[in-house]
Formats: sequence, C-alpha cells, structure tokens
Amino acid sequence: MPGFAVKAERDQQVKDRVSAAFGEKITAIEQERDLICIHVKKDTLHDLLRMLRDEHDFHFLTTCCGMHFPGEAQEFGLVYHLHNMRAGHRIRVKCRTTANDLEFQTATDLWPTANWMEREAWDFFGIKFKGHPNLKRILNMEDFPAFPLRKDYPLEDPTRQDKDDRFFGR
Amino acid sequence: MSQHPPTDFWSKDLVEGRDLSELTTLNLGPTHPATHGIFQNVLTLDGEIILHTEQTIGYIHRAFEKIAERRPFYQITTLTDRMNYCSSPINNMGWHMTVEKLLNIELPQRVQYMRVIVMELARIADHVICNTIIGQDAGATTPFLYVYQWREKIYEVYEEICGARLTTNMGRIGGWERNWSDLAWVKIKAIIKDLPAGLKEFDKMLLRNRIFMDRTIGCGPISGERALRYGFTGPNLRAAGVDYDVRVADPYSSYNEFAFDIPIGTNGDTYDRFTVRQEEMKQSISIIRQALEKLEKLGDKTTIRGDVPEWVLPPKEEVYSAMEPLIWHFKIVMGETDVPVGEVYHCVEGGNGELGFYLVSDGGRAPFRLHLRRPCYIYYQAYPEMIKGGMLSDAILTMSSMNVIAGELDA
Repeated sequence: MPGFAVKAERDQQVKDRVSAAFGEKITAIEQERDLICIHVKKDTLHDLLRMLRDEHDFHFLTTCCGMHFPGEAQEFGLVYHLHNMRAGHRIRVKCRTTANDLEFQTATDLWPTANWMEREAWDFFGIKFKGHPNLKRILNMEDFPAFPLRKDYPLEDPTRQDKDDRFFGR
Repeated sequence: MSQHPPTDFWSKDLVEGRDLSELTTLNLGPTHPATHGIFQNVLTLDGEIILHTEQTIGYIHRAFEKIAERRPFYQITTLTDRMNYCSSPINNMGWHMTVEKLLNIELPQRVQYMRVIVMELARIADHVICNTIIGQDAGATTPFLYVYQWREKIYEVYEEICGARLTTNMGRIGGWERNWSDLAWVKIKAIIKDLPAGLKEFDKMLLRNRIFMDRTIGCGPISGERALRYGFTGPNLRAAGVDYDVRVADPYSSYNEFAFDIPIGTNGDTYDRFTVRQEEMKQSISIIRQALEKLEKLGDKTTIRGDVPEWVLPPKEEVYSAMEPLIWHFKIVMGETDVPVGEVYHCVEGGNGELGFYLVSDGGRAPFRLHLRRPCYIYYQAYPEMIKGGMLSDAILTMSSMNVIAGELDA
C-alpha cells in the first residue's frame, strides 16, 4: 500500500495530465475522501477513460453505475471507479447529463466487463449506451414499465393504499 | 478443453455461417440441478461442443439498491447477508466498515481482530462449499458429504456469536452487538486445531486424484489478461495468475498486521481455481491462529465496540433505568442519527473477490445511493467465453468452479 505522500503525488500527476490534455472539458477535479474524482463533460468521457486506461495504467474497471438527481439541471449521471492494480491507485470519474440527452458512448470497447454494468444502468436508470452490443434489460423483466432506480419510482407498490412511502424513511 | 481464441463473450463467431438445422439449442436452466442456483443459459451446440451461450439472469433480483435508499443504515446489514449467503459475515463486515469510513470511526484493535477471525471463518466456509461442489459435479460425492462438516462447525460458531447460521446480521456499525461467549472461542480453537487434518484428507481425495485432474485441468480456462478485462477478482483472478487480493492491496481491519501468502494459479482453469481455494483455506487458518495470538497478547477481554454511542445500542437494563441510553436507543432504532454528507467506496475481499460498496450520503437517514459491486455479477459475464468450444459437461464444472452465487449475482 503506497504511503500517503506517494498517493498524493500520483493523484497530482493524474490531475495535471488530465487537465492539460482536456482543458475546459474537465469541469472539476475534487478530492472526495481518499479518492480524487474527475468530473468530465459527456462528449469527452470516452476519450478520458481511454486515456486513463492507456496512459495512466488504470487497466481495471471496478464499477460503473448510474445516478439520478431529480430537480437538478444535469439530472442523470454515471460514476466509474477505475483501478490501477500495479500502483494500488484508484480513481473516480463522474459524468452528468440532462434528461433529454441520455445517450453515452459505450465503454465495452475498452473493457468487455462494462457490458453488464451498462446494461444495469440502462435497466435501472434508462441511460443508453451508443455502440453497446446488446443493450437490453438485465435484472428486471423485459417488459418492465419503468426504470426503477430513478428517484421518482416509488419503493412500495403504487397500487396499494395501505402503505405510504412517507412512513418508510425519506 | 477449450481451444478457442478469445473473443468478446457476446460474439457469435462460431455460429455465423452455420446451417442452424445442424445445431442443437439446449436450455441449461433456469432451474437445473447441476447449476446450483437459478441461472438460465441457452446453449447452441454442435453435438456436444458449445458454440454460443445466451445468458439470462435476474431470477431472484430483490432490488437491494432501491430498498437501501429507504432504510436507515443499520437496517441495510440484513440486505447484505442475502448477497453471497455462503459467506454473509464478510458482507456484513464490509458494510459496517463502509459506514464507519463515511463516519470516520476508528475501532479498537480487539474489535478488528475479532472481525478478521469471523471473516476468515466465513472465507473457509465459502471455499468449502465451492470446492466440495466442484468435486460433486465431477462425480466425487464423498468430499461433499464429509468435508461439509467443517462448514457446519463454522456455522455453529456463527450461532454462538449472533444466533443465526446463514443470514447472520452479525456485528454492528461501530463494533459488536455483544461479547463472544466462551463457547464461541472454544469452538473456534477446535476448528483451527482440527481443520488442517480435515483439509489434508480433502487434498488426498481430490488434489492428486488422476480422474479429478483429467476432468478439471484445462476445463474452462481464462488467461490473466482476459480475466482482468472482465473485471475478475478473488480466487478466480488469482487462479489465472494475477496476485490481486484486497486484503493486501487495500488492507482493512488490520489485515496489514498479518503475515499470509496469496496463492496463485497459472492456467486459470477449474483445477487452478480449486487449488487456489484449497490453499486459501490453509492461509485463513494461519490468519485466525495469528489473530488469536494477537488477542492473547492484547489481554483485553471486554472491548467490543468503538466509542460511538450514537451507533451501538446501549445495554437494555440501562435503557430502562437511565435517560441518556434511552435517548440513544430511540435515536438508533428510529434511524435518526446524523451522518455527514459524502461519498465513499470501500471494498473487502469477499469469498468471490472484491466486494465493493459505493455509498453516497446526502446527510439523510438513508443512503442517497448505494451501489453494490458484486464480484459474481461482474465475472459471470465471462462464462460464455470460458465454455465456448468446450464440452457441455465442462460447462457445468466451470460454473461450479467460478462459484457463482445467485444471491450475489442478482442482488
């Protein structure tokens, strides 16, 4: 496990190279606890992932998952966790988009493992992936009428009168 | 033995251009006795050779990520039980540590060592199940009947610690719910004393068994490079020759104080996956032994939690007699404890690999978003590639050696 100084240095290296390469396409780079998080514009996401994989040796895609922020202009998002196992270095990449523009470039050409992760994001958030070889629902049934992890989808069966979401948390 | 050059698992290259009337379509699953769980694979076969596989999953999907968005943090532990139910304590501890990371809680050494012990016991139980089932699917029923007793003994330890056997809900955010009974320690010590001999017997039955070796060597192989691209972690990745183990790469719960080896394989086939798990169990025994020694050295026999009254329930008699414990009790049970806003990713080495929790908190009583990185879900997609060009009977063995657990797959 690299010491704190080594890790900070690596983070800084990635920050510098990424901002130099993509300029204003990177909207922010922030420190979230132990990881740095790169916020990138949607049209550059794929190029950034490719660069991180090829030039910074983030050869392992740990997760890719959808996000939903109702009420915000950039309503939907994707979060990637990348891992450079040789250096023991992790990084987070975030990308946000509006509800009318829900198509991202697929990452299956970079990591075949993105296939099911992206299908999960489609299944639960309705986020589409351009160039995905087989974009269909994965955990829910094919004719499921909604995207259930969106915040506006109720947890309890909406046809039931006896259960009220307000009594179950938020 | 699969001689097929690797192509992405969704590619239909072996089927293309073939006269479909010559080929057979076979439904393996959804409920097939040889798949040990609910998985559907629609195979396209030429004789007994698998040309293409179409997977369907999600038969026991229970929407844990959605449910977690409406539950106080401590109630999510019970959801994690039901992911990889062969080693639920690891999932429980992983979740507790994720929340502790969000809350910046430091735990006393004794709690950490106890967690290490129970996680390693869970790993042994997980690997016992997987390896005996490999034997079972290869036609060797004996280990499944005899070695399984060790899983039973480990479950007895769980019972002593938390009262449950399978879905354990063990430990709490910030420590343990109660101190372990004397009997629990006796049982743990009995296991680490007797298990090495049991494993030796298991080794004798299968490890150099000619029939077993012929059956498993070269069955369902994957190269280290392909395995990494498919997001493999855990024993399956190590069998392919990559020495990645979260316990070493990102030590948690004081694993950095323990000395142990990471066994790796070379071919990434069923036999290597079997031997890697076999050796990992021996390493786990050594880790538990070291933890017991460290606990002995600590001399502390009472500490079971960190200094976090807002997360661990106070003793019941205090709740009934004093004001402050009553308030804490109420706040904890109602899930009214404040949490900071923030995002954490924490991972532990589960029975099947890197079990990750990506937790986004907006300061509410439930997570804003919880994403579960289930190792099974991620590596099971490589299954079609691993069995392509091989025989149908090898597909069964490959699946059991990957240790695909339906609960973890579908979450």
